[in-house]
Amino acid sequence: MLGVVRQKMLGQSLPKIRPAVSVLRSYSSAAKQMTVRDALNSALDEEMSADPKVFLMGEEVGEYQGAYKISKGLLEKYGPERVRDTPITEAGFAGIGVGAAYYGLKPVVEFMTFNFSMQAIDHIINSAAKSNYMSAGQMSVPIVFRGPNGAAAGVGAQHSQCYAAWYASCPGLKVLTPYSSEDARGLLKAAIRDPDPVVFLENELLYGESFPVSDEVLDSSFCLPIGKAKIERVGRDVTITAFSRMVGHALKAAEILEKDGIDAEVINLRSIRPLDRSTINASVRKTNRLVTVEEGFPQHGVGAEICASVVEESFAYLDAPVERIAGADIPMPYAANLERLAVPQVEDIVRAAKRACYRSVPLAAAA
Amino acid sequence: MPTLLSAWFNSHQPNLHPPSFYSLSLFRSSHPPPSPNPTLAMALSRFASSSRSGSLLKPLSSAISLRRPISTDTTPITLETSVPFTAHQCEAPSRTVQTSANELLTFFRDMALMRRMEIAADSLYKAKLIRGFCHLYDGQEAVAVGMEAALTKKDCIITAYRDHCTFMARGGTLLEVFAELMGRQAGCSRGKGGSMHFYKKDSNFYGGHGIVGAQVPLGCGLAFAQKYSKDEAVTFALYGDGAANQGQLFEALNISALWDLPAILVCENNHYGMGTAEWRAAKSPAYYKRGDYAPGLKVDGMDVLAVKQACTFAKEHALKNGPIILEMDTYRYHGHSMSDPGSTYRTRDEITGVRQERDPIERIRKLILSHDLATEKELKDIEKEVRKEVDDAIAQAKENPVPESSELFTNVYAKGLGVESFGADRKEVRATLP
Repeated sequence: MLGVVRQKMLGQSLPKIRPAVSVLRSYSSAAKQMTVRDALNSALDEEMSADPKVFLMGEEVGEYQGAYKISKGLLEKYGPERVRDTPITEAGFAGIGVGAAYYGLKPVVEFMTFNFSMQAIDHIINSAAKSNYMSAGQMSVPIVFRGPNGAAAGVGAQHSQCYAAWYASCPGLKVLTPYSSEDARGLLKAAIRDPDPVVFLENELLYGESFPVSDEVLDSSFCLPIGKAKIERVGRDVTITAFSRMVGHALKAAEILEKDGIDAEVINLRSIRPLDRSTINASVRKTNRLVTVEEGFPQHGVGAEICASVVEESFAYLDAPVERIAGADIPMPYAANLERLAVPQVEDIVRAAKRACYRSVPLAAAA
Repeated sequence: MPTLLSAWFNSHQPNLHPPSFYSLSLFRSSHPPPSPNPTLAMALSRFASSSRSGSLLKPLSSAISLRRPISTDTTPITLETSVPFTAHQCEAPSRTVQTSANELLTFFRDMALMRRMEIAADSLYKAKLIRGFCHLYDGQEAVAVGMEAALTKKDCIITAYRDHCTFMARGGTLLEVFAELMGRQAGCSRGKGGSMHFYKKDSNFYGGHGIVGAQVPLGCGLAFAQKYSKDEAVTFALYGDGAANQGQLFEALNISALWDLPAILVCENNHYGMGTAEWRAAKSPAYYKRGDYAPGLKVDGMDVLAVKQACTFAKEHALKNGPIILEMDTYRYHGHSMSDPGSTYRTRDEITGVRQERDPIERIRKLILSHDLATEKELKDIEKEVRKEVDDAIAQAKENPVPESSELFTNVYAKGLGVESFGADRKEVRATLP
């Protein structure tokens, strides 16, 4: 029979009392707001304008204006040669994209969601990721595979998986996970300019969210470095790593924790491969505690790699076991109440951070 | 924006009913069954012998004083399908079909129920009681109903995500449909699957699949198992015109042909793969020919009798000769899903045009009325009944509870081996899989 066991946390000692620290916002003061959708659209537009070798290919990217309207207006502006509607045949068009990249073009291949990328995964891994190595540098593959990744709302088991861990385990690929509009613009531009295959994992639920963007971000030359995480919120007591939509959850958790006198440092990973181990480790060496947050399945996930990295490089600095918050270890259920239990919530992050700080309240016995 | 309407009509002219839409020849079978009303029988046989050519048949209401009970009359009626079948690498079945009042009324009721169900689902989605994706089948009912009429429950059906009506045709209930759509316990997948993942294994309905094209190799696998088990049954694997270009389809078809599997691949060609018209996605939109070495048949998918005839033919063929492709020329009134308005890539004129000229329910209604098998009022009463059934099921589904939290961890495995599984916070929520 099933037992849902709540683990009792033995009351730990010594709550850390710190003076309230003002939250430092690390983005520049900005007048303009931009949705992630518009950020991606403008990045695509600018890169296509700057380099005629860049072209977009995918289902409904052209006439339909994009399944999620990310490529809105691009067909009208650049024409059908450069904005290509494909049949529903991921293996075919991903392979065609890689072939075009072999020849020197710069394809941006859109998967309507990354769940469908599994149909094309052989080309992503075997044809794209490994080619530069196998050919001793002759065949670089300047391709970007982009599209929404992870859970949306109520789309069920086959449409909700997060592929960050899978793609990030593969040498030869670069894997990016934007959160804000600044991330979306800067990282997509970087991805398109990069000579290697990049898996660009967006999130459907973020498309409509607005973020402040500075003039620097809006400039067409704006670009973010690949492989560098961003400290979204500086803190002293516990490090919380997150990527994509979970960054928003982590920031909310940090606000709640602040009221309890826990000052959390929130790291927006931005890049899963290469993983910014130095930023993560430097942060843990400062705070001594770590909570990793991700949407995807826990086993062999991004948090597992981060934990291993920290144990390998900063073991002596850890004052508490590393806490992992991840998607539930089950296929995504459809029912709203079950889905809510299957995806990390803000309170999960808060609870884990408190445990890491030995601040959790003992739980009531299971019924 | 290309005007698809004219292009569609030009390429589909043969499928539109010719002006003599009502050209049906009614003739009695050679052995007229015993009739409770000899006057009626005489009147009808006299009537039949005088009306060989195609002309609108007027009911001889004056000669008929006793109306037969509409729901039980199984007297064979012979009709012709709207258009002849077009065949590839095989000989087309006859367009002459046998039906009965009972069957036609059952078709009418079943399709009306499906239509009502899908329209109700539209409202529920807009009321946010249904979440995520919802792909509606209204317009395509004849395919589900006609196919089921040709099969037994020993035969397997597998389809993609536009599966609500196929599930119903296989014996699903309205409550199971609406409860699943609303994520409740009484749903056919106990609320865990959602719109795209309806199953009914005890009726050999294998779902309910979200990844375009994946259900075709799966269907060939069912056929493999049927042959392996010597079950003398077949599998119908349904897919759309969008999925017809998927490589895995051709891989599975190749193997099925090599191994003579009893697989029938049914392309529900509603002419649009999400927002992309068939001519933009397929170099050859003659999907019934795409099997190359595999025979194929093109069928008017809006004519339930044609669908039944084609499926009967295909089943016989597949049991003896291996895979065959059926292309059902059909149409969906809704967009691809509830997130798609369905009007950015096709004109409203086209949609209303199909509704007026080819609607499958209207077709059967006209047949029933012109053959005097029921009155207009009787048919309207059936529609009212059906509407009430749907409303009752929705009310019941709304009262149904959401799944228990413990359902999070059920059915991950068939045999869990006692391993642990975890919630989002692995130290807070964990379970042992049985």
